[in-house]
Amino acid sequence: MADSTLAVEFRNIDKAFYGVKANDNVDFQLRKGEVHALLGENGAGKSTLCSILAGLYRPDAGEFLFEGQPTVFKTPKDALAAGVGMVYQHFRLVSNLTVAENLALGHPKLGVNISQAELEEDARQLGEEYGLPVDPAARIWQLSVGEQQRVEILKLLYRQAKILILDEPTAVLTPQEAQQLFKTMRQLAAEGRSVIFVSHKLHEVKQVSDRVTVLRDGTTVGGADTADAEPRDLARMMVGRDLELPTRDANPDIGEATLIVDDLRVAGDRGLEAVQGVSFEVHSGEVLGISGVSGNGQRELAYGIVGLRTPTSGTVTLDGEDVTAMNVADKIDRGVAYVPQSRLGMGLAPGLTTEDNLGLKAYRKPPYSNGPMLAASVFKEKGAEWIDRYDIRGVRPGLPIRLLSGGNLQKALLAREVELNPKVLIARSPTRGLDVGATEAVRNLVLAERAKGTAVLLISEDLDELLALSDRVLVLYEGKVAGRMPADEATPERLGLLMAGHKEEAGT
Amino acid sequence: MNESTLILTLFAAIGLGTPLVFATVGEIITERAGNLNLGVQGMMLVGAVAGFWATFNTENLLMGIIVAMIAGAAMSSIHAFASVTLRVSQIVSGLALTIFGTGLSSFLGEAGSEPLVGNPSKAVFEPILESGLADIPVLGPLVFGHDIMVYVSWLTVAAASFYVFRTRMGLSLRAVGEDPASAESAGVNVARVRYVHIMIGGALAGLGGAYYSLALVPTWQNEPIGQAGWISIALVILASWRPSRALFAAYLFGAAERLGFTLQTLGEPWSNIPSNLLAMLPFLLAIIAMLLLTSGKRAKFLGAPAALGLPYFREQR
Repeated sequence: MADSTLAVEFRNIDKAFYGVKANDNVDFQLRKGEVHALLGENGAGKSTLCSILAGLYRPDAGEFLFEGQPTVFKTPKDALAAGVGMVYQHFRLVSNLTVAENLALGHPKLGVNISQAELEEDARQLGEEYGLPVDPAARIWQLSVGEQQRVEILKLLYRQAKILILDEPTAVLTPQEAQQLFKTMRQLAAEGRSVIFVSHKLHEVKQVSDRVTVLRDGTTVGGADTADAEPRDLARMMVGRDLELPTRDANPDIGEATLIVDDLRVAGDRGLEAVQGVSFEVHSGEVLGISGVSGNGQRELAYGIVGLRTPTSGTVTLDGEDVTAMNVADKIDRGVAYVPQSRLGMGLAPGLTTEDNLGLKAYRKPPYSNGPMLAASVFKEKGAEWIDRYDIRGVRPGLPIRLLSGGNLQKALLAREVELNPKVLIARSPTRGLDVGATEAVRNLVLAERAKGTAVLLISEDLDELLALSDRVLVLYEGKVAGRMPADEATPERLGLLMAGHKEEAGT
Repeated sequence: MNESTLILTLFAAIGLGTPLVFATVGEIITERAGNLNLGVQGMMLVGAVAGFWATFNTENLLMGIIVAMIAGAAMSSIHAFASVTLRVSQIVSGLALTIFGTGLSSFLGEAGSEPLVGNPSKAVFEPILESGLADIPVLGPLVFGHDIMVYVSWLTVAAASFYVFRTRMGLSLRAVGEDPASAESAGVNVARVRYVHIMIGGALAGLGGAYYSLALVPTWQNEPIGQAGWISIALVILASWRPSRALFAAYLFGAAERLGFTLQTLGEPWSNIPSNLLAMLPFLLAIIAMLLLTSGKRAKFLGAPAALGLPYFREQR
């Protein structure tokens, strides 16, 4: 039966990738004029479901009704033409083009010859109408992440989209920016459009949505009117069990300052200074959390400390020794361990086996090697030992490590770094994209290092994680320290303001 | 070198550069879509033989260039199918196209009971506009007195420039070359854009090839184009993917090619330089230009399409 108030209906949708089911028998109904939250852990199939609706993937089986009619969107173009648009987690903007050009791209109603000035005027007006201000003449790479997200939403509004899918939109925003986004979402719903809001943050779902559908392991496990739903029940539905993620305990064993960074300056990719005079100390047995909106100098700070980029000025001192100008290998020898943000890009060699990857930092020395010769048996033995100890699952002999899941990749990476017995562990967003189980394991590993007396520098955009693990928190804004405080005094709101560049009195 | 020698050299440079203009603009359009087609040499050779054959049989130059363009486009469609639809490495597919085109061109020139090889073309592009306008100092002799294809090449450059930067299709083209995933989610058909522009590139390469066999070397011989296809690929970088700059880049190489000849006419001591050394000049220039342009920080400002050389697979994850 066709229901005129339904914008979209999915029945028994299946979708598999390389034999792994991402969606398994999913049901989903979207009404007109509502904000509908899609709740679930990473890997629960939310993004896959949305990508099917947006025409990016085609379902393997199941029924898809659009405004009551059975429909197939073969491409994103079909979906857009029908009024369905999606803001992906990784933005789909052409970074060398201007905001206005991105709005015009692929737009069916534009003439052959396009007028830049007219486009920019349209973009400006649309932005004002929906509280999404952005400079239409700016090129995408010049914009902040929050601004880029506004461009994505404007792109959909410019096409008169009736259904907007926002895939984890708040993950890249400060709490304040998120509030502004929620206002825009309510405004869109009030106009009769439908908004799908993908999130795994319960308080956001509770605040902004009308209804909620929960996915777990690729299938629909429940749905409710948000007003009637208890956060605790939603959480249990989402995870499938009661679960407490590990947090730090008070650690009385905080020792000497192991890592001292003094007035550090590091160049960014475009030659401008990305880290502009940052100073801090990390003590033995302490976790220092560094927060900030992505792109405020976190990456360059880490590069400067581990030696991937030589600082332009300032010093990095490790256990009293000036290591500023040392190369990566020398720093590794002195006990600097680094867990980069991209596991397969920088952390591991995707094409090598798990055992080889595990030996990738120790191989220069005995017992891994003897002069120019590698000891294959040591790689094998140590590898097997660590795979067991760190519970790295899915390893098959001789197969490349890239076939492992994100959580197991991260465990392997951490195992390799931790086994070096580092003095300093620098980890960037170590649980990003991991499911709850893997997050638990990774957090436990980080906390175990802290208990062993390692100085841990945790650089993350996930405020919940920072607050759970850090002893002290430092906020980076545009390459400078915007504030620092003990974790006990930090709240998401306070950090959010600092991350957005609001000033407050200098703390500890 | 006196003034008239200089003007003669520049005039000849324009003629010698014209096939490079066509092929380079074509390759720029292809690469702007994110596809690197290393088959230019092969496409030009097949265009050269196809154009020569058509004119040989119809005594009509227009037929010659139309057939050459169709032949070039047909050749490039092989590369498009392999690299876009089958997602074969663009490098491999392009190189294969050059090898195939080189062989095919030689074969077609010698095939049949009355092979083309050794025959002069039955029609040749002749200079037009030899009016009094050519009497204007310096500019006159440079601008006037070329055959029609030189003017067609100027129009091609202007049209390509307008198309790439000022039209909706051009915007789609640039977006596909920079970021196909984003372009597709904006409703652009990535595969179609790549096919169309690979084939435009092929047609222009075919046209460039035919200019050799119908104007510059109008008697069929094996591989009449030298290494023009490879030089064109280098010129794309020298032109930093902008059609307007392709014109000057191509003429620079035309001048380098001509310089050897010019030096021979200047008498001692210039004529003592071995001609083989001078024939090397365009290639030396290519290497130097590339080094200067692509080294260090300059490379970032070149404007190479970000997705150049990458196959696109929508459901990749």
